[in-house]
Amino acid sequence: MPENPTLVQRLLRHQLLWPVLALVALLVINVVATPTFLNIRMQDGHLYGNVVDIVRNSAPVMLVALGMTLVIATRGIDLSVGAIAAISAAVACTRIVGAGDEAALTTAVMACTYALIACIALGAWNGFLVSVLRIQPIIATLILMVAGRGISMAITDGQITTPNNGWFSDLASGFVLTLPLAFIIALVVFALTAVLTRRTALGMLIEAVGINPEASRLAGVRSRTITWTVYTFSGLCSGIAGLVIAANTNSVNANSLGLWIELDAILAVVIGGTSLAGGRFSLTGTFIGAIFIATLARTIPNIGIPSEVNYLFKAIVVIAVCLLQSSRARSVFRRHRSVTPGPAVPVAKGIAA
Amino acid sequence: MTQMDAPRVQTGAGDPPVERAPVIEMRDISITFGSVQALSEVSVRLYAGEVHALMGENGAGKSTLIKALTGVYSIDSGVVLVGGEKHSFSSPLAAQAAGISTVYQEVNLVPNLTVAENMLLGREPRRFGAVHVREMNRRARETLHGLGVDIDPGSLLGEHPIAIQQLVAIARAVDVDARVLILDEPTSSLDADEVQKLFEVMRRLRGQGVAIVFVSHFLDQVYEIADRMTILRNGRLVGERMVAGTPQLELVKLMIGRELETLERLDRSQSSSAGASSTPVLKALGISRKGSLEVTDLELYEGEVVGLAGLLGSGRTELARLLFGADTVDSGDVTIRGERRRLRSPRHAIDRKISFSSEDRKSEGLVEDLTVADNMLLALQASRGWLRPIPQATRERLVEQYLKALDIRPADPTALMRNMSGGNQQKVLLARWLITEPDILILDEPTRGIDIGAKAQIQAKVAELAAQGISIVFISAELEEVLRLSDRLVVMRDRRKIDERPNHGVNVSDVLRIIAGESRSEREEAEGA
Repeated sequence: MPENPTLVQRLLRHQLLWPVLALVALLVINVVATPTFLNIRMQDGHLYGNVVDIVRNSAPVMLVALGMTLVIATRGIDLSVGAIAAISAAVACTRIVGAGDEAALTTAVMACTYALIACIALGAWNGFLVSVLRIQPIIATLILMVAGRGISMAITDGQITTPNNGWFSDLASGFVLTLPLAFIIALVVFALTAVLTRRTALGMLIEAVGINPEASRLAGVRSRTITWTVYTFSGLCSGIAGLVIAANTNSVNANSLGLWIELDAILAVVIGGTSLAGGRFSLTGTFIGAIFIATLARTIPNIGIPSEVNYLFKAIVVIAVCLLQSSRARSVFRRHRSVTPGPAVPVAKGIAA
Repeated sequence: MTQMDAPRVQTGAGDPPVERAPVIEMRDISITFGSVQALSEVSVRLYAGEVHALMGENGAGKSTLIKALTGVYSIDSGVVLVGGEKHSFSSPLAAQAAGISTVYQEVNLVPNLTVAENMLLGREPRRFGAVHVREMNRRARETLHGLGVDIDPGSLLGEHPIAIQQLVAIARAVDVDARVLILDEPTSSLDADEVQKLFEVMRRLRGQGVAIVFVSHFLDQVYEIADRMTILRNGRLVGERMVAGTPQLELVKLMIGRELETLERLDRSQSSSAGASSTPVLKALGISRKGSLEVTDLELYEGEVVGLAGLLGSGRTELARLLFGADTVDSGDVTIRGERRRLRSPRHAIDRKISFSSEDRKSEGLVEDLTVADNMLLALQASRGWLRPIPQATRERLVEQYLKALDIRPADPTALMRNMSGGNQQKVLLARWLITEPDILILDEPTRGIDIGAKAQIQAKVAELAAQGISIVFISAELEEVLRLSDRLVVMRDRRKIDERPNHGVNVSDVLRIIAGESRSEREEAEGA
């Protein structure tokens, strides 16, 4: 018996409790609306169903959010992720379209390699502005957020480019081991990020810089290198996301590809429990946050929210989750509850009536 | 203490205008915070047309007293008389309305507004509902001119040096028709010329009949500008004196709180091994930094503890920061083991095996949301770079070893740093540096605010480290501690080194005399001996 309360307490105190509960609640709402929501069927060796769609659709946001998590942990922010995704897609698609053998595997591989190298360079540019020139992150990345759209427009000549390469399309629509390839890619990047930060000292140093930059400097931490690294990594993640998005529609529209993805990514990070004030970060939290965002997108049509108000609905859900996470909001809520323990039930009835 | 029998007012020449009533009189003020008695029956009198220095070491209660006067803190007992009438200010605004203005150490103005906007913020002259810019600039220029400050009121405040910003803050305070002007450490970031400029303004205001409260750690400045002073220690009034009739030694004694005659000589348990090696491990020649340290030399030998003594603001911390590269020097050379080095950053210093533990544990030492183990290993990990994590086995061994060696409690490597007590946090920070195996260890106030037990342990550790050959710079406001540990003593005052001597038979009263600047001849005797 004595272990039980401690287990419950530990669960209650666990930082992933609220993101997981929010996700479960969202799923329950969907099941109530559509009892078959969670059904998964096997067809041609692939899994199909709403859940499979959700995890596949979560891939781009998850990829961007992983990089964003590290950036936010250093007290920064990266607003240019959507633009970088568009540049990545533009580079890859124009190279495929312009290649001699448009459908070959090597064409796809080369195109993606070029795209990702470009994105690493763009991320490094952001890192340079923030760590060397000490421009505020929100301003530094705003530059590329705006300019990046122009760059991707220039690369595609303002045309919607549609590559014709099956290997490339498979990035989004392919399946590996019965699971969507896009999700597998996100999983692999997630695992690599976890290894990169938690098997090396990078994670600890990022957190130290995010929690107390001055103490870290005096302890000899090369915060400039650390900051530069995370922005570069964020660029790479955005680039991969851009490829997945372009593969999904099999086209690149430089104007709209990855538009507003920075907001979804920041939301995923925040829902996952990483504070915008920097410091301790949770990659698993971000993972759950990204799934939550994708589930939310699926929920809106499923429970019949009119499309006119879907942004409003999304905003309300996000506010609710953020309030749940805020210990301050929770304590205010708790105080109200404890002040009126007796009449709580009748009052609730009165409201319901 | 002496407050009952001391002839407070009628001391020496230049008595305050006793026939007049003081502008402000605070009588028997007591304030407690929780269980801490911050002020205990303190009385202060301020007269029109005087510069009144409020003296005392850190924690003496100067700030509390100012905040009690300006309505920031509420008073538990005692009365405040303004022009003879009882008053109690519920807010700083109410105090300001009664003519009491405060200019704090950090200029709290808005750098990206103009000088005039800052001066008249909240009471801008208006025309047709909009701010009348020309009128505002005219009024600002007039006020500034009255203070002898000639700058364009339309320029942005942030473009001016701190000294000018300070004067603008004063101009703002004066513009509300201040009868009492409180200047809290106004000179702490000014250089000598700028201080003179400020004093000029202060003299002008004094001539206009303003009562000025001046808080400063610089004794010379106090003796230059102040007429009278009130001295506090540990929240109590220990004296009210005419500046002119009070020798500096007496002032220092009052501030630090010891009777020279009764001070015992403190023995140093360590026998000095210093001076054995001929070349210094570290040699700083003529290093200086504008606004923090005047040109200073320092040598450090192997296995030697050099104690830096001096009051707060004497330059002891500033010197330490320059030696570590936490701030960069404007001039001078640092030679480490015979090689000239420019210390551009803490990282450079760490690579040269120099470590520095800051006096400001919370904002410059702890990484509060990381664990004890991570905090301990931060400096070592930082110097290895992120790609080479410390192997798990080594981590555990080092953490285990230092938890034990420094008796850190709880001995839990996974505890969050924020949940540890002050003494244990300090030990973790000491461990952070010892793990890097430094040659030179600079400890700034390593025992401040921690319990007696932890303090003794840290002192013992310092002696042990020196015996192992580490060179240590030890800074503490407690002179006994400095004398107990040091082989050599460096005394700082007014941002420069004023004395240096081997710690043979030096006692606290000697150091106090040196700090008070009364021992030039004695010092020469000592050096001759």
